[in-house]
Amino acid sequence: METAEKEMRLIMDGSELIVESVARAGADVFIGYPITPANLLYSYSQERLPSFFAAPDEISTLQWMCGYATTGKFPVTASSFPGFALMLESINMAYMMELPMLIILVQRLGPATGTATCGAQGDLGLLQGAISGGFPLPVVSISSMKDCWEMPAKAMKMAIDLRTPVVLLTSKEEIMTLSSFSVKNLPEINKIERTFYNSTETYMPYKTGATLVPEFLPVANTEHQVRFTASTHDQKGIIQNTSKEAIDNTKRLEYKHRQNKTEHLFYDYDEQSGADTLVVSYGITSAACREAVNAVRADGHKVSMLIVKTMLPVPPVYFEIMDKYKKVVIAEENLTGQFKNILFGERGNKNVSGVNGIAEMITPARIAEAILSK
Amino acid sequence: MKNFLTDAPLPFCKGCGHNHIAANTEKALQLLGYDPMNVVLVTDIGCHGIIDKSFLTHTVHGLHGRSVALATGVSAALNNPDKKVIVFIGDGGATIGMQHLIDAAHNGFNMTVVIHNNFLYGMTGGQPSEFTPFGFKTPYLPDGGKKTGYDICKLISAVDGVSYVSRLEGISDFSKELAEAFSRKGFSLVEVMEICPSYGVKANPGMKLSKVVESAGLKIEKFVDRGETEAYQTTVKTDLKSLFHEEDAIKTLFPTQLEKPIRMMLCGSAGEGVQAAAEFLLKAGITSGLNGTKKGSYPVTVGVGFSAAEVILSSDEILYTGSPNPDVMCVTSADGLEYARKTIANMKGGKLFIDSTLTAPETKAEVIYFPFRERGGAKNSSLYMIFYFLKTTGMIPMDALLHVFGENKIAKKFDLPKMFELLNEPYTEEMSDKTKTIA
Repeated sequence: METAEKEMRLIMDGSELIVESVARAGADVFIGYPITPANLLYSYSQERLPSFFAAPDEISTLQWMCGYATTGKFPVTASSFPGFALMLESINMAYMMELPMLIILVQRLGPATGTATCGAQGDLGLLQGAISGGFPLPVVSISSMKDCWEMPAKAMKMAIDLRTPVVLLTSKEEIMTLSSFSVKNLPEINKIERTFYNSTETYMPYKTGATLVPEFLPVANTEHQVRFTASTHDQKGIIQNTSKEAIDNTKRLEYKHRQNKTEHLFYDYDEQSGADTLVVSYGITSAACREAVNAVRADGHKVSMLIVKTMLPVPPVYFEIMDKYKKVVIAEENLTGQFKNILFGERGNKNVSGVNGIAEMITPARIAEAILSK
Repeated sequence: MKNFLTDAPLPFCKGCGHNHIAANTEKALQLLGYDPMNVVLVTDIGCHGIIDKSFLTHTVHGLHGRSVALATGVSAALNNPDKKVIVFIGDGGATIGMQHLIDAAHNGFNMTVVIHNNFLYGMTGGQPSEFTPFGFKTPYLPDGGKKTGYDICKLISAVDGVSYVSRLEGISDFSKELAEAFSRKGFSLVEVMEICPSYGVKANPGMKLSKVVESAGLKIEKFVDRGETEAYQTTVKTDLKSLFHEEDAIKTLFPTQLEKPIRMMLCGSAGEGVQAAAEFLLKAGITSGLNGTKKGSYPVTVGVGFSAAEVILSSDEILYTGSPNPDVMCVTSADGLEYARKTIANMKGGKLFIDSTLTAPETKAEVIYFPFRERGGAKNSSLYMIFYFLKTTGMIPMDALLHVFGENKIAKKFDLPKMFELLNEPYTEEMSDKTKTIA
């Protein structure tokens, strides 16, 4: 890199980029309870967002966020597994009510309280099953400093477009490590303009058209009655037992997330012509993966790389890409290969292997070794 | 006068007090001249919660016990006391969400909570709640409650910040009392006493509500009324500034090229400036035109135990930010040595700078002992370490470190000439014995 291009470099951590990103995209409020290693997100948000609330616990956090979201405002929080676990029932509520919000999950070593100051990628399995009934909760992840800038705003857009809580998945080292970083040529982030129902016809809170996403209208507006309901409900938002209309509405929650809209599909596919091996990674392990791929290629070997960012629900295109290769290596910082298991099940696939481990970042050397192994 | 309830029959059992609460709520809102579109009713799980379909207001129906917290978000976001937020919650929900009640009262969030207290869990078969009075029978307590139930009005009255608290019996017309509660800004609470016709009446035949309340020692009265209080106001800042402070941009003052990245690890004890020293190194590297990263490791407790930092400087882009096999390891304390022991043992070369009070583990790194703690004191040992390391190796320009250090406020109180003098002092015999590569 030329010296001139390096000017305007700041020393930054990923948290600053994330908070600046959500602020510019129009987040109205941060509500949260402190937890290591998510605290930088809390403190930057206190400074940067229009409103900030220190909630007394994580259940309150998510409930306050839901209340905020019913008024058409966009709430953000950040936590780690112990706090996220407390939020889970309320995330299900937000999902059922179809309330847009962003939950930044900063992974640390578990189980339970584990080691608060040690990073990890151990929560994807939990996220895969987070919604009762197996409904997909959208999860996007961050794989670089640049992603710390771009992905939060994109995740917010996704939350608003699909009327849903979205989890932004990251981990300790991604948001706490300081780096020299130039903010000069970052893509611009503009405030996401929300549109609300504006017809004179009676508003049906959960009536949808082809998009499968109901139009939003804030509570306390003076034109139409608005209902939000966590229980099984019809298009009016009135609790039902198992009426067809209500169950169709519940099924719609599955279908709206399976549309795989390209505007919410984020991944980096670095295809090398003639390569038989594909290395797949996400989050903190992506950096080691990129370094390993550079090293392997420098030694004259061929390898392709897929860094996934839209994690859940799994976009079918990932399978299409993986199917092109004789060998797939999936690198992630957990013991069992959670993404691998989500893709291929407990039984796995004979062409697919994992590079796994806990309590330290996966090294480029281990990934390179796996790429080259026969 | 606008209707707040639909024409459909209310969804409760015959004789249930919940019917009276719904009807009196409508009447109270009419008395105050509210428009249903300016009212948000927040309910949760329990028989009381199925009322929302009957209301013509906005309705939000949430999780068991969480309606007060949910309403807190609604109220704080609306930030408009003319929009009335009402919470309906049962005695079961109030038990689950006690923290939310206390917190909303404490903050004075704008809402009125109406507790439907029928002394038991009506939806699930009449199990006792924490509100079940002494001696009160339910299908699950055939001999009656063994302890006194919560006196929620007393509890909430004790919370600083509450505007209005009252308890009343859920019979006949209590719309004026409800209207009084609804008209208060900030947090108001009304506990309405009822007997569940399905489980309470059957288990306590012939018992009157007033008798239950009286024998439970619960007073029917207004506990708190602060009259015209201030409404809660959410702070909404408009003078927001970017987190990117361009004035902090680091200029390349000492251009340097590195053939390969330098990976350094500093390991010491909390409170001894390890992280700060690492940040000086990072900034010095960036001032030298390099890319840099700094990753910290420490236990949860801020003030005790080890503190470690990994700094990488490179002319190329840095991807992986770990240093499993650092080029330079600096150890200033026993805590730091314990943390670094495995990494030191793995080092295939490079340099290990270690305080003379410690003994280096077996390693292939070149081991350099120096009395950092003795010369600099514990607090400055890390700072002495990085200056010594740079003086010895010249990996990046010393001027860059001096520049970034000089910009920091701690430089003003720091005796730099004395440090360099102490860093130049020769080792003692005993120390130089230790200064050898163990490999």
